[in-house]
Amino acid sequence: MDLISNLALGFSIALSPWTLMLAVIGAFVGTIIGALPGLGPSNGVAILIPLAFTMGLDATSALVLLTSVYYGAMYGGRISSILLNIPGDEPALMTTLDGYPMAKQGRAGDALVISGVASFVGAFIATIGLAIMAPMLARVAYLFGPAEYFALYLLAFCTLGGIASKNQAKAALASCIGLGIAMIGLDNTSGMPRFTYGNLHLMDGVDFLVAIVGLFAIAEVFFFIESHGKESAIGVKLEKITIPVKDIVGSTGAMLRSTVIGFFAGVLPGAGASLGSFMAYVAQKAADPDKASYGKGNPKGVAAPEAGNNAAAGGALVPMLTLGVPGSGTTAVLLALLMTLNITPGPTLFTDRPEVVWGLIASLLIANIVLLVMNVPMVKIFVKVLTVPAWVLLPGVTMVSFVGIYSLTGSYFDLVLMIAFGALGYVLRKLDIPTVPVILGILLGNHMEDSLRRAMVISDGDWTFLFSSPISIGLWIAAIAGFVAPIFLRGILKKPEIRDADELVD
Amino acid sequence: MTFRAMKVFGTSAAIGLMAASSVWATECIAPANPGGGWDFTCRQVGKILFDIGQVDQPVQVTNMAGAGGGLAFSTVVNERNTDEDLIIAASSATTTRLAQNAYGGATADQVRFVGAIGADPGVIVVAADSPFQTLGDLVEAVKADPGSVAFAGGSAAGGFDHMKPLQVLKAGGFTDITKVKYIGVDGGADAITQTVGGFTQAMTGDMSEIVGFIKSGEVRALAVLTEERVPGFEDIPTAKEQGFDVVAVNWRGLYVPKGISDEAFAKWAGRLQAVADSAEWKEAMAANGLAPFTKVGDDFQSWIDQVVADTTELSKEIGVIQ
Repeated sequence: MDLISNLALGFSIALSPWTLMLAVIGAFVGTIIGALPGLGPSNGVAILIPLAFTMGLDATSALVLLTSVYYGAMYGGRISSILLNIPGDEPALMTTLDGYPMAKQGRAGDALVISGVASFVGAFIATIGLAIMAPMLARVAYLFGPAEYFALYLLAFCTLGGIASKNQAKAALASCIGLGIAMIGLDNTSGMPRFTYGNLHLMDGVDFLVAIVGLFAIAEVFFFIESHGKESAIGVKLEKITIPVKDIVGSTGAMLRSTVIGFFAGVLPGAGASLGSFMAYVAQKAADPDKASYGKGNPKGVAAPEAGNNAAAGGALVPMLTLGVPGSGTTAVLLALLMTLNITPGPTLFTDRPEVVWGLIASLLIANIVLLVMNVPMVKIFVKVLTVPAWVLLPGVTMVSFVGIYSLTGSYFDLVLMIAFGALGYVLRKLDIPTVPVILGILLGNHMEDSLRRAMVISDGDWTFLFSSPISIGLWIAAIAGFVAPIFLRGILKKPEIRDADELVD
Repeated sequence: MTFRAMKVFGTSAAIGLMAASSVWATECIAPANPGGGWDFTCRQVGKILFDIGQVDQPVQVTNMAGAGGGLAFSTVVNERNTDEDLIIAASSATTTRLAQNAYGGATADQVRFVGAIGADPGVIVVAADSPFQTLGDLVEAVKADPGSVAFAGGSAAGGFDHMKPLQVLKAGGFTDITKVKYIGVDGGADAITQTVGGFTQAMTGDMSEIVGFIKSGEVRALAVLTEERVPGFEDIPTAKEQGFDVVAVNWRGLYVPKGISDEAFAKWAGRLQAVADSAEWKEAMAANGLAPFTKVGDDFQSWIDQVVADTTELSKEIGVIQ
């Protein structure tokens, strides 16, 4: 059986002390990042990318470290949701609905344990799903020509802008800003430079890592300066933690169902974990006869979204690894990392670099077990982190960003550019315009444009070529539905507003 | 608290690593990020130069990415024009971009090309089930209907992969080369995926990019663009023996600043020859899919002059430059 021998290869890499240590460190740091309000997985991964480079990590190690951070942040997000009623990141939003009421009833410990177990179930099964489905999807890539890729990229923009944001027009605007920035540099189809104004630094285009660190990390610092570092305080008392066996057993069905929903939501490009937890919660509520207890501290209402968003994190890795199309904001950041490491995600990744893929999958399985241990018995440590004042934390973030970006290209030009992106991120967030579509635009804009123009070269400029295969037609329909449907569905489902509106997708 | 400690630790480690570099006798600039072909050239050649005693101290490798090598080129021309202890990694991409004025007005005669010591042979491949059996079949199909054959390659339009089929077609007597369909995708593997998937009819790239796919039987190579068949791939015929006199290899070599003395230039040429003759380099080439291709000194410089002139002419014909 291929899967077994591949996993064996993976574990032979993942079980080396060095990789294991990176997975543990990543899981630990990730949980903290997830627990801190405002710092989500995409920020966390973006901040740590430069660090991974300066440490001189090879491809597998860097990937293991950062995906562990990713998974850890998905776990950690629930902590501030439950204790503060502020989601640590957007996917953890749904966890506040029943998590905070539970905490107010004095069951904060129970809520943390149930959500920790649910996170484990979701992430673990999704990682196995990744191992089984990714090679199958890899073969599917032979069916994707320029027209299909164009439709796929469009789907990523539409679902991200449609489902994951509150305002379609603003998401579309943000995507266009990103697409515009992506135009800078050498045009692949004509071989001509565009918008470089003779500046050699702009010939290769804008480095997406510079944009990511600027938009997320530096913008965060600007916000901190503005707020003069108000400290977060925990309003709920955390009692001694026990394991609520009855509630966990009672939520098994909810966890499994949410895992399946979350995984497939994650596989869908662009939608990611927010959609996963949202759909998992809605489905759980719909399936349960006792609807009235939701929103008032029902343990199943904590288990469902946590299993859903962690499963989505695993699912989102499938299209990123096999097609090079990220399934979420964080995988978009991870994709940037892969490309910088000279690894081209795509169908050949599994044959060319099996050690990277299977080492990653095996370390994710291990990281999950580590995370379960950290997040259930040791959860009090992370609760303490929530009391660390931001004025200690953010200067460190700033320093890592500057050192990291400088070491990446060795050019002060990128530092200036990074600060400019920080200012842009600040303005965008003030205007309530999401920044993830901007990143997606910079990251995928060139691919999307190139796909369109390649399709036009192949078909001699015939537009109907874009709709000429069943796959592309299906993707177009999904894209349009993904963008338009939420406008109507929102009124029906009443997606709750969050306090402290946080623009991150996951 | 723990988080802060980690941040502080991480940052100081980062700063420490950056400060660790110091000044060595010889410097090799790789005009790209670590991991690519230029970086490989600098690191391998630098290591072997020291191992076989051609230089007294280890060669310091500097990565200076930007503008597809243009940043390093302008730095060398403007700031280090007389540095005799400086070598810079180069390949076909360097001369192609120079010929197409992609380095912001810089020209190939602003530096001296000192030698090439290996090459990745150019190839033209088709899907295993393609109707084209020989390079001649493919060329005839383009001649009959240029719209019926699309080529996919790993470089942008006007790049080296685009030039290869155009040179073959010209050699075959097809002159209307602006009609040839070419799409530039992200690397050879992508180009092969498109060709196996049937979206394009042929793929043009380097030997190292297709080795895995040849072994798995998904593609067939119609021709290799070298003087003679490549060792290890003897069943792939050359374009030359099929009647198309085209040699296009992605050479790996070095250039040096223009302002150095003729003695220094000759010394570098000799050192490079010594690397090419060493067992270590032969091993490194075999491990990385490179074929032997050694040209050093004035011999190499005049070959480069000819390549640049040819590329300029071809680029004008397809409209990449005026």
